[in-house]
Amino acid sequence: MRYLYYPGCSAESTGMAYDISTRALMEKLGVELVELDDWNCCGATSYFSVRELDSFAIAARNLAIAQQQGDEDLCVICNACYTTLAKTNRYMADSPHVREQVQGALKAVGRRYDGTKPVRHIMDVLVNDVGLEAISEKVARRLTGIKVAPYYGCQYSRPIGSFDDTEDPQTMDRFFEALGADVLTDFPAKLKCCGGMMMLTNATGAVRLCHEILKSAEDLGADVIVAACPLCEMNLEGYQPNVNKAYGTHFHIPVMYFTQLAGLALGIDPKQLAIDKQVVSCAPVLAAIPA
Amino acid sequence: MTELATTPQAKELHRRFTEDVMSMPAGEKIKICQQCGTCTGSCPTSSMMDYGPREVIAAFRAGMIDKVVKSNTIWLCTSCYSCTVRCPAGIKITDLMYELKRLGIKYDLLPKDTRNPAMTRYFIDNVLKYGRNHEVGLMARFMLAKDWSMPFNFAGLGIKLFTSGRLPLLPKQIRGKEEIAKMTAYLDAQEAKLQ
Repeated sequence: MRYLYYPGCSAESTGMAYDISTRALMEKLGVELVELDDWNCCGATSYFSVRELDSFAIAARNLAIAQQQGDEDLCVICNACYTTLAKTNRYMADSPHVREQVQGALKAVGRRYDGTKPVRHIMDVLVNDVGLEAISEKVARRLTGIKVAPYYGCQYSRPIGSFDDTEDPQTMDRFFEALGADVLTDFPAKLKCCGGMMMLTNATGAVRLCHEILKSAEDLGADVIVAACPLCEMNLEGYQPNVNKAYGTHFHIPVMYFTQLAGLALGIDPKQLAIDKQVVSCAPVLAAIPA
Repeated sequence: MTELATTPQAKELHRRFTEDVMSMPAGEKIKICQQCGTCTGSCPTSSMMDYGPREVIAAFRAGMIDKVVKSNTIWLCTSCYSCTVRCPAGIKITDLMYELKRLGIKYDLLPKDTRNPAMTRYFIDNVLKYGRNHEVGLMARFMLAKDWSMPFNFAGLGIKLFTSGRLPLLPKQIRGKEEIAKMTAYLDAQEAKLQ
């Protein structure tokens, strides 16, 4: 099994543990990831605020490179990159105007893209291609008794919804059940917005949103929150002191990239999963996983 | 509906907004909004907004889109897409919010206390310069320009991220970084041709 791999800009800084643990996890599962050659920023939400076509064009440069580089699907780890790239395909298919303009922009730099490269979220690849049964068979340390709050975040299934439901996604729940965890399947904040980039521009508002999510997880007795997006992970983990200051709470909840916790279940060394890079110590989670 | 817009600026914004929205995929669906309010009820930040998403469409119909462009509303949209996936009329409300952000930047009608447009600008400068977003550079520039208190509020986090290697100081550059500027220049020229 082989995929082209788009790490995204966060994978080179605040979200590097997501990239490191993804590579380790996929290697353990026998999935080959070939990094996309000379990939650029997907444009995220910022480019949409300047010109819609600019954002589609710069996202499409990556898709054009992918099409040239190989026949494999393009696997993406960040929710925002995933949505931006998948949305570009969707709008190129739906709008002749978008397709024509984007293809014109690509042509201006000597590139071609027909709009058909499949963009896949890593969870989609794990659940639907690798398969839960195959993953379950490779578990070395079942996550028995670990209460996992699966936090999907906004752009996991919205607005595309190609591999999971936009209102009630289940893939992460099923994935961690396959690893033996005690999944909090009724985690009501699993799709609530963390505030995203608003943490830097309007911290009061974003801290309020994070408070709701953290409270929901704590009320259910979560041992750990797992995230599938670098921005969600950063907001929920890094700003717990700010939430505590604003709301008089005492949150100290470990937050991990889902690939890190999955890697532990498959017996990968915590160092190879960059667990020491987490801001809130994950030692209680590590200690609670049965040997 | 344009006749309801009273000032020249309101008329101009109304015309631009209508044209742009109608050229967007599914843009014409804005006509069948029945003001049910599902968007506002689903929005995680509507309680902080001057006008909720339902009111944005109501304002447009009343020729008052200029008021929305100048409000804090559009800069509080986090792109969570809750409204978009739930709208029974299939209106892509998140895309409307992006369009309003673009108008705000284009006509320089930004509410005084919003810092989001500066962040957007720096983000794009970063991508044009390196081809990728250099998070440390972005945050440093934003703090220097817009928020001196940020380093104090987030000092603890910054130190932790730095010591664990999560804040590399040097940006990564791509080989084809000039392609980004060339593509946007091409689209600039296309837009100029249409107007």
